[in-house]
Amino acid sequence: MSASFERGVNSFREVMDAPIASFFSSCVHCGLCADACLFYTETGDPKYTPIYKLEPLKRLWRQEYTLLGKLASLAGLSKPITDAELAEWSELVYDSCTLCGRCTVACPVGNDITYMVRKMREGMAAAGHAPEGVIEATRKTIEQGSPMGIQLKAFLAQVKGQEEETGIEIPLDKAGVDYLVIMSSMEILGYPEYLGSLARIFKQAGLTWTVSSEAFEATNSGIQIGVSDIAREIVLRVVNAAEKLGVKYVISPECGHAFTALRWEGPNLIGRPYKFEVVHVLELLDQLRRAGKLKTVGKTDEPLTLHDPCQIVRRGGVVAEPRNLIRMVASDFREMEDSGMYNWCCGGGGGVSANHRAEELRFTVFKRKKRQIEGTGAVTMVTACANCRNVLEEGLERYHMDTKMIGLTELVAEHLKEDEQA
Amino acid sequence: MSDMELLLWARGPGLQGAVAVFVAGMALRLIEIYSLGRKRDLSPARPGNGGAGWATIITRSIPHKELLRTTYLTYILGYTFHIGLFVTLLLFAPHIQLFRGVLGFGWPSLPSPVVDAVALVSIAALFGMLAYRLYHPVKRFLTTFGDHAAWLLTMLPLLTGYLAFHHLLLPYTLMLAVHILSVELLLVFMPFTKLVHVATIFISRWYNGDMLGHKGARL
Ligand code: SF4
Ligand code: SF4
Repeated sequence: MSASFERGVNSFREVMDAPIASFFSSCVHCGLCADACLFYTETGDPKYTPIYKLEPLKRLWRQEYTLLGKLASLAGLSKPITDAELAEWSELVYDSCTLCGRCTVACPVGNDITYMVRKMREGMAAAGHAPEGVIEATRKTIEQGSPMGIQLKAFLAQVKGQEEETGIEIPLDKAGVDYLVIMSSMEILGYPEYLGSLARIFKQAGLTWTVSSEAFEATNSGIQIGVSDIAREIVLRVVNAAEKLGVKYVISPECGHAFTALRWEGPNLIGRPYKFEVVHVLELLDQLRRAGKLKTVGKTDEPLTLHDPCQIVRRGGVVAEPRNLIRMVASDFREMEDSGMYNWCCGGGGGVSANHRAEELRFTVFKRKKRQIEGTGAVTMVTACANCRNVLEEGLERYHMDTKMIGLTELVAEHLKEDEQA
Repeated sequence: MSDMELLLWARGPGLQGAVAVFVAGMALRLIEIYSLGRKRDLSPARPGNGGAGWATIITRSIPHKELLRTTYLTYILGYTFHIGLFVTLLLFAPHIQLFRGVLGFGWPSLPSPVVDAVALVSIAALFGMLAYRLYHPVKRFLTTFGDHAAWLLTMLPLLTGYLAFHHLLLPYTLMLAVHILSVELLLVFMPFTKLVHVATIFISRWYNGDMLGHKGARL
């Protein structure tokens, strides 16, 4: 994949569609999107205004897709976009956007800015202006099959560890079962207890399930960087494994971007619907709860709060489920200010956490989360995304906060009624 | 050309020409947008959100309290100006008469002193918006020549209408002619400035709601 300015501009042309044209047409320069974006609110720098991050794409649209713009170009009244300009915009498009979607729900004329940033990244990557860290993650995905370089051996070791931990057998490559479990890279490396938790919950609920040796990882850096061929390859790996095993459902891990990649972008990347359904693990757990198949004992009376992962909540429609599950096992659940659809991002989504260049900025914008957490007075923060969790833990450490963190699936598993098994 | 001749020209050929440019320009802009098309989304939608696009056209007008807290001034000015403009445009007796002439039907009007007051408030809000645009770091940063042009195009009809109504500054007939000409100027440029949002806002809100609704994110 050799990057060049021409390829970048061509890719801008390819992604240009009616929604984007309508968004650029409608913008009234009111600046409200800035107030929705934590990169602006925490830095006060107007260059982080969401719509401004799209300036080169907007100029190209005006010059090539509107009559007036074409005339202005002919008359030499507008300057074409340049490679240097795209290089300059790399920081705005990658470092200072987590694709959190908050601007999209704020814009009064209805501009889906997040959608456009995602699309603009395609051209930026093609022009060679994606950041090092994300390129590296993508290269590892191609060469080693995993953005963090996780080998099958490492995954199997974690599976074995969790089998020992829980005393429950974790089925591998078992055909004909209902559910296939895949994990995010971050979970495999840092939070393998997620798998053990699922094993216990599924045993209680009597579900048939398996993990796969061919597709165990759901993280899709191809989407974060904006390279569709790679994104397609990563999705196909899961699709092929799932369809070969003949499962009815693939359970997306908590990880929000993995869910977005598999649930919303995947079918479009491979050009056809799947032969199975994708269900987010929290949706499944909440289904089990409603069916009475998820039985817990006791409630923690520690004050708990919830960090809503953007891709699961605002851009994934899973809002009530985590709350239902938390209330099942906690008596003192405290919502953050601006929770649910209007929650603030952890600051590390959309590939930002893999982008070393963005590290300082990420800690700066974490101040928003810090205020939110402090406002609740909770001692423990629950989340439902291993990437969020990792970013949050680093932020807590940087600001010397002693808030504890736990994954939602794990929290539920901790309260599982042991003797009740289907 | 006498004041009366100018008024007659503005009311006759001037208006016809402006409306023609407006209609053609709007059609062109809509064609520019829709001709780009959109790929069909192959991912299965979450059920029950088929009307999310249409709903968002309405609901996006209601600022959410989380967002309102930090940005209330933009909303207050924006609301005041837009409501004022619509009231002045649609509920002023002479305007309704004009619409009746074109459309063949009319509707009840508000008493002139009320419309007068509303117009004044609307003008004040528009000045407020300009001041805020020059003052607020983000707005100033985003501002282009087009924003000021759009401001002026919107201000002129309101201002000249107000002056004509009160017989100020210029002889009434001339001021009325200037008022109508300023509306024509607005019509001619509307499709080619950010003022095109009068039409495209429905499209962008629809797409926004449709895409979020597809994923089941309810607003
Ligand atoms: S998606 Fe989030 S981070 Fe990106 S511009 Fe919008 S509000 Fe800012
Ligand atoms: S909030 Fe919407 S209309 Fe306002 S500046 Fe941002 S993108 Fe443009």
